[in-house]
Amino acid sequence: MIKSLDPRIAREQINEDNTIAPLTEMDNWETYEVFHQKKRGDQHEHVGIVHAPNNEMALLFGKEQYGRRGVSVNIWVVKTSNVFASDYDDADIFETVPNKQYREAGGYKVMEMINKYKKENKGL
Amino acid sequence: MNVTAIKELLYKMADDLLIIGHRNSEWTGLGPILEEDIAFSSMAQDKIGQAGALFEILHQLGEDEPDTNAFMRDANKMHCAQFVELPNGEYDFSVMRHFLYDHADQLRFEMLANSSFEPLAQVAKKIKGELKYHVFHANTWVVKLGNGTEESKARMQTALNESWNYALGMFEEGDFEKELQNDNIFEGEETLKNRWMANIIPFIEKANLKIPNTKTWDPILGGRKGYHTDYLQQLVEEMGEVFRLDPTAQW
Repeated sequence: MIKSLDPRIAREQINEDNTIAPLTEMDNWETYEVFHQKKRGDQHEHVGIVHAPNNEMALLFGKEQYGRRGVSVNIWVVKTSNVFASDYDDADIFETVPNKQYREAGGYKVMEMINKYKKENKGL
Repeated sequence: MNVTAIKELLYKMADDLLIIGHRNSEWTGLGPILEEDIAFSSMAQDKIGQAGALFEILHQLGEDEPDTNAFMRDANKMHCAQFVELPNGEYDFSVMRHFLYDHADQLRFEMLANSSFEPLAQVAKKIKGELKYHVFHANTWVVKLGNGTEESKARMQTALNESWNYALGMFEEGDFEKELQNDNIFEGEETLKNRWMANIIPFIEKANLKIPNTKTWDPILGGRKGYHTDYLQQLVEEMGEVFRLDPTAQW
């Protein structure tokens, strides 16, 4: 019997070897990726997974797993099997990207130009 | 405004929520699936929080501080329906009780959102979203289990049969039904019961379950007047154990 200081667990008299519900290999439902949105109009952010047998229950679980703290207005759930991902073996396609700083937006000093314009045209 | 009438209403609602919240929290760590354990525990917290809001209103009306009120009363001073004090049994009973109770609770608060008693109307409006999820959760499980395996169907039907008369006891009429109606505070238990019946029947049918034969209906009353099963005294002693060690301690 599992001995616990918590009376709610102790009185259940659970066997150590758990003959009631033995775990079997791969004894899980399929996973769903959960995305939540903090404010309407924001991007949904990936927050984790839930195991669920279907879409409805994935939403039900996702709301509590990831929406019970903080701020949320919306939850998406997507079956992990529906996520089409690139291969880690192909990670080399990204290799030279850090060298291409001309692609960074930081090169275009737009705010400087805007502020200069505003200063010159103050009083108009 | 009849304060005694309002207090009677608040006490039975707060006690129902406190006790069912406590019972549901007893599933923490023992739930059938991790995600479900977390969801059920989270909803139990919600229920206790709702009880807290009602105890706060009672305190504003002159009753004890919420903590003292919640943890110091013995069973014969509690006004919960006997339904909510019954032990959890297995998940089938707990889910069925969650379904039957939460539908009634959602409708009760819906009716109170229009109450002339402002503090209660405000609480009702505030927790509407919580109850929406609780009911959605209960509906989903009852329908899935009712349509599942032979075992799940049989268990859900048994749970429904065993719960029915206790569930009817939730609508035990108080002493001030007329006063509450006349003051536009609450339309009454009879109205609530009829709306509850209309709400749950579609889901019972979707779950392929049957409500017990009307000839067997026999509401189990007494809870509102302080008559309880032995289970409640055990529960309040365990629930209040830490608080009762030192009621004046600052937490």
